[in-house]
Amino acid sequence: MKPISAEEAIAMIPNGATVMVGGFMGVGTPERLLDELVRQRKSELSIISNDAAVPGKGVGKLFDAALVSTLTTSHIGLNPNVQKQMMANKVAVNLVPQGTFVERIRAGGCGLGGVLTPTGVGTIVEEGKRKIDVDGKSFLLETALRSDFALIHAFLADYLGNLTYALTARNFNPVMAMAADTVIVTAEHIVPVGVIAPDHVVTPAPLVDYLIANG
Amino acid sequence: MDAQSLIARRVALELRSGNLVNLGIGIPTLVANYIPPDLKVFFQSENGLIGTGPIPEQGMAHPLLTDAAGRPITALPGACTFDSAMSFGLIRGGHVDVTVLGGLQVDAEGHLANWMIPGKMVPGMGGAMDLVSGAKRVIVAMQHAAKGKSKIVQKCALPLTSSRPVDLVVTDMAVIGFSGGRITLQETAPGVTVAEVMAVTEADLFIPAEVPQMNI
Repeated sequence: MKPISAEEAIAMIPNGATVMVGGFMGVGTPERLLDELVRQRKSELSIISNDAAVPGKGVGKLFDAALVSTLTTSHIGLNPNVQKQMMANKVAVNLVPQGTFVERIRAGGCGLGGVLTPTGVGTIVEEGKRKIDVDGKSFLLETALRSDFALIHAFLADYLGNLTYALTARNFNPVMAMAADTVIVTAEHIVPVGVIAPDHVVTPAPLVDYLIANG
Repeated sequence: MDAQSLIARRVALELRSGNLVNLGIGIPTLVANYIPPDLKVFFQSENGLIGTGPIPEQGMAHPLLTDAAGRPITALPGACTFDSAMSFGLIRGGHVDVTVLGGLQVDAEGHLANWMIPGKMVPGMGGAMDLVSGAKRVIVAMQHAAKGKSKIVQKCALPLTSSRPVDLVVTDMAVIGFSGGRITLQETAPGVTVAEVMAVTEADLFIPAEVPQMNI
């Protein structure tokens, strides 16, 4: 796989695109790709990301630059900019329980129409959703989530695009790498094929469309 | 002892060796400070770690090893990491023995509200709804009252976190349980009388003949 620049990769993303971004509170987030989204001023983005991080970090940068129109997420509590933009109706925020959020993305990446979860039954999360009883227990039908692009951050990528992750920077990255039409990856280190043992590959190379060259 | 340490100390007594435990943000996080060294508890951080250790020493933090609030942590020997689907599979699948969460309100039926105040504060539920729905045992650690208003209410006015009732509530004044389907005063904090608890509790507490003091 021939690596490309962050500039070339982000140039492929049109305004208004739906973009998944890996990371948890900015940990395991492809910061170079977010910086480039801001630099190229890609706007009206629909972002799918676990949280809104904090101003100046991770997806928080996209809100600092007011580039987001819709956010699907589980938590915005540590980013006052998002709260303000939500209250001013500049950003539509869809709040999803975190376990449901990841399962909807997993379903999207695995060819499933959705998942049945007990989470949210009997709360305002169930509004507008189908409730399905299985063996006497109630579940909500939560539909699959997919996106046009996924921006992923790995620890190691080999020349083919096989990926591994580090510590708590793994989080949503391998799940999102399954659920987008185009997958763009930054890695802390790009290493020769064979450095990552077959048993240690988490995201197989065929899932990766573009690997960003390290400087 | 300040109110938060008292609550954390009492909650710690509920944990058993071998338990897989998830602590929420705030008072619940303090529970880890009161685990006796001979008690081997596995702490899960829902961003993808079992074996969460204490805050690292100055200069030893790793940017890719954090808790769910993004703060640097350490990993104990035997720790393991995993993705978020696995992390919430553990939570929803009943593999987490105990979760300790903060609360805004708990009602007479054991329902917890802890994720939003309509029109005022909408941080999002994060992992709280999955934790309450899926953990084997749910303990709420919170102040008994806020600004003089009871947080132990007859019926939650705030949006619920789950329809599944919690198992135990530990406050700075009392331990409250729900055995037998009724909200029961199980213990009082040191120096607090039953009458004092009742005076700041909105819910109709059942008071057993004997109410022991917290053994802390």
